[in-house]
Amino acid sequence: MIRAVTRRVVTGVAVLWAAATAAYLALLAAPGDIVDSIIGDGADTPQIRAEIISEWNLDRPAVVQYLDYLWRAAQGDLGRSYLLHRPVHDVIGGQILPTLKLAAAAAVFGVLLALILAVTTRHRWVRRASSTAELFLVSTPPFLIGIVLLSVFSFRFGIFPVSGDRGGAALVLPAITLGLPIAGVLAQVLRDGLDRALDEPFAVTARARGLRERAVLIRHALRHALMPAVTMLGWLSGVLLGGVVIIEQVFGRPGLGQVTLQAVGNGDMPVVLAVVVLAAVVFVVISTLADLAYLLIDPRLRRS
Amino acid sequence: MIEVDNLRVTFALGKKRVEAVRGVSFEIREGECVALVGESGSGKSVTARSLVGLAGPGAGVETDTFTVAGRDVRGFAARDWRRLRGRFAGLILQDALVSLDPLRTVGAEIGEVLRVHDIGDRRDRPHRVQRLLTDVHVPEPERRARQYPHQLSGGLRQRALIASAIAGGPRLLIADEPTTALDATVQAQILRLLAERHEAGETLLLISHDLAVVSRLADRVLVMKDGRIAEAGSTRTILTGAGHPYTRELVAAASGRRRATTVEPGDVVAEATALRKVYGDRTVVKDFGLTIRRGEIVGLVGESGSGKTTVAQLLFGLAEATSGHVRFEGRDFSGVPERARRPIRRRLQLIAQDPLSAFDPRWTVRRILGEALGAGESPEPILERVGLGADVLDRYPRQLSGGQRQRVAVARAIAPRPSLIICDEPVSALDVSVQAQVLDLLAQIREDDGTALLFISHDLGVIRDIADRVLVMHDGRVVEQGPVQAVFDHAGHEYTRALLAAVPTLEVAP
Repeated sequence: MIRAVTRRVVTGVAVLWAAATAAYLALLAAPGDIVDSIIGDGADTPQIRAEIISEWNLDRPAVVQYLDYLWRAAQGDLGRSYLLHRPVHDVIGGQILPTLKLAAAAAVFGVLLALILAVTTRHRWVRRASSTAELFLVSTPPFLIGIVLLSVFSFRFGIFPVSGDRGGAALVLPAITLGLPIAGVLAQVLRDGLDRALDEPFAVTARARGLRERAVLIRHALRHALMPAVTMLGWLSGVLLGGVVIIEQVFGRPGLGQVTLQAVGNGDMPVVLAVVVLAAVVFVVISTLADLAYLLIDPRLRRS
Repeated sequence: MIEVDNLRVTFALGKKRVEAVRGVSFEIREGECVALVGESGSGKSVTARSLVGLAGPGAGVETDTFTVAGRDVRGFAARDWRRLRGRFAGLILQDALVSLDPLRTVGAEIGEVLRVHDIGDRRDRPHRVQRLLTDVHVPEPERRARQYPHQLSGGLRQRALIASAIAGGPRLLIADEPTTALDATVQAQILRLLAERHEAGETLLLISHDLAVVSRLADRVLVMKDGRIAEAGSTRTILTGAGHPYTRELVAAASGRRRATTVEPGDVVAEATALRKVYGDRTVVKDFGLTIRRGEIVGLVGESGSGKTTVAQLLFGLAEATSGHVRFEGRDFSGVPERARRPIRRRLQLIAQDPLSAFDPRWTVRRILGEALGAGESPEPILERVGLGADVLDRYPRQLSGGQRQRVAVARAIAPRPSLIICDEPVSALDVSVQAQVLDLLAQIREDDGTALLFISHDLGVIRDIADRVLVMHDGRVVEQGPVQAVFDHAGHEYTRALLAAVPTLEVAP
């Protein structure tokens, strides 16, 4: 168990290193001078150029530049945005909370809804109706869902605020918008897993003990159905990262999505690099959690 | 205790309904041991499961009379059935590795029966679970209760499954192929345990495809075929004076019969010397030596974990021995790159236990055989040799019966005219009557072509029927070898004797 965790952490660090290196190589490969890339659309003065050269060690050998960049990144020092005149750390740190709130709320909502749908809609027309609705949600672009929800609940009935990030009410519609497609996919995976588990001999044995069908479902089959769902966690992290950028635009929310969009638009390379590394961190954390979840769910995997 | 008259069970298959059970009538009296015998697909499992209302999803069950424990169960609601399950009747299925929830501890599974039926004090339940495990002779019950099914050996696992079936103190135990997945010695132990439960007063319904397994225990035997009871009677009558031709076939298959005229051994085909295989810190094969000559059938016997499958892999060149050599047709076959083996690969063939997973499910029989045959050779003659018609050519493996599939596997193996075929448990997954046919076929192939066979099996009965020589493996070592008759009549090693004693034979219960 400890060995498995250690191995997981080591590979996680390796992935982060690879992501940071890839971002660095992208900076080197960008057309023109590195200094030009870092300045982006910001003010271009000899003084700023000098600052950049000293911060990125551009007057020293390439190896030193690279190692120093890694060393700073490992300490959480992501450099400075010469466009916004602030450390990247502050730019991202100031915007990360609303995004985290949105992503967490959407993930919780999506997972819960998927569980409820998969467990309660087992038979006949309810199952077919739910399955159709899930496929519909999965194939609808999230921004469309967002616009529909906005026009109904905000513009027409005025239940939820139209934009911003004040209070819990402002979180409801964006979280639902981002969570619905997640629920759609996960519910399908869970339902399929439940079907298969309920067909296994151990389910027959459980029924032969006198268990109710609902108890067979929840006490036995559900854990088996969670395994393929956990596999989807990696995909989930991608959906959340990509989704927030769009959802934050639709609902006019502050957050990383806005920051990223602006940074890309203005060519603010230090911020873009930081976002890339941050995305890698999120991915590593989620897939590590997924691997640990496997071990937690299935004792057969705990053997070293 | 149970009375069933004209039981019919149908399943929906698309728009049609197929009949799995077509009018079965029987009764089970308190304290009896009744065996339900038949091939897979005969409807025996469905019949047994109908007794606890578990015929399966979408099953339509109809009867003229259906009483369980004196109550008419026709029109039983789900909760009426639930009260019977676990409390009146316990169900034991084939393989505890999949019949116990693999994600839960053995103790949780056994305790579940107590919880569902609210038996005993809640705080006392862990103790009850341990007592149940002790009842089925599981050593260290406290530790075992905390373990998961995969952490237990096949025998202990099956005992735990039995413990969960008897936890609710049922009067009837339904055991559906309770020993089929087990090695012979473990099978004998589990049968002894079931006999013990029977003596303690529980009524037993045993379901098996193998008459030999149930003959020692059962008072009465019901033989099922195609959803009907072909013959019913006391075990003695069935074994000695069966009237129905199908029953006679089953009896003959279970009695075993020496086939194969001995062929004079020819040149050496394959030779293994001092093979040794180490995985990590475990030595799975120790000092294995074997010479197979043309026309010989050599049996390799051992229980799971004895190293016999590893030997097959080493001989086949699928794994590289830690030390030792394999020579095939006079050439080095171990310690050489695969490129050097490839020209003679076709001379060495394999027949696996489960042909369904050994075939590409998307290939038709024509394509499967086409790959094995030379260019321009037509598949019909080879099919004829294995007793199949050209009508199977355009079918997919899953559309064939188990016996047909294994015949196709034999056809594929003999198509390149090999000098040696390694058969790894080739009949273990088949019903006994089909087993007999496949063994006949393999014996015939040897006689016609002089192909040598290495026959790997955990089933001594099968080896006795077909092999000329036998090697007994235990813990990675050959503990005994010699001509099959000599080994069977005068086993020198204590392990061989234990194996022989465990072979189920047709016996009439005293």
